[in-house]
Amino acid sequence: MSEFDKGERGGGRGAGKDKDGKDAKGGRRGGGGFFRRRRVCKFCVDKIDYINYKDVKVLAGFIPERGKIQPRRISGVCALHQRGLQTAIKRARQLALIPYVTD
Amino acid sequence: MSKARQYELIYITAPEVTDEVLADLHNQIVAIAERFGGTVSKSENWGRKRLAYEIAGQREGVYVMETIDGPGNMTAELDRRLRVIDTVMRHLIVRVDEDLAIAERAATERKTSMAARRIKRGLPPEPTEGERRRHSEDADDDDNDVMGDAGFTPRGDRGDR
Repeated sequence: MSEFDKGERGGGRGAGKDKDGKDAKGGRRGGGGFFRRRRVCKFCVDKIDYINYKDVKVLAGFIPERGKIQPRRISGVCALHQRGLQTAIKRARQLALIPYVTD
Repeated sequence: MSKARQYELIYITAPEVTDEVLADLHNQIVAIAERFGGTVSKSENWGRKRLAYEIAGQREGVYVMETIDGPGNMTAELDRRLRVIDTVMRHLIVRVDEDLAIAERAATERKTSMAARRIKRGLPPEPTEGERRRHSEDADDDDNDVMGDAGFTPRGDRGDR
């Protein structure tokens, strides 16, 4: 019963994505802590075919505090788009739109 | 050589640079492009922007973007010249025609396949206005749409820690 409750809460945070939290694909740490909503590639969902290196707003979503490129196992981006994202971030870094490192 | 290639050239100059200097730079680039039989199809001044890190002791810079159609050996010359000019702190030349062509192909493919699927289901090929979409904008729940225009902001939630 308690587990069911937990599942409900987690679903609520992610605007009602997965109700059955425990079996959810993105669920981490089975019993213990939080779990993530199901990961889908943002670029596939938004139908972005060309990841523009000038678009800092989009790129910033894939750069955690440290300034590194977020691995796709966390962001859920598909392989094709991660490759495009990678080059876009690297170009943006050259142009000082995004930092190489932040500390 | 089959088709003209399209390049995007972005350069960053020192923030205190005057309009004359910028105009002069632009003219130089146009001259180089024309010498190789290319054309500058678009020129955009992004104005003064904050740099994400220090370049040549500056924290700010003026960004200018030029879209140039021209042959490949032109970029080598542009690159060389921009390296020499010291008002330009940083520049980047990117070939864009191929990537844009791929993106366009993907978009049309998606459109035609959607139309085909819709016709199969006995619907008009294009979605109508009042039609309910599964992926509407408000269902988009990603947490990074609060990014302002104020340049780079690191994302708070690291997710895996």
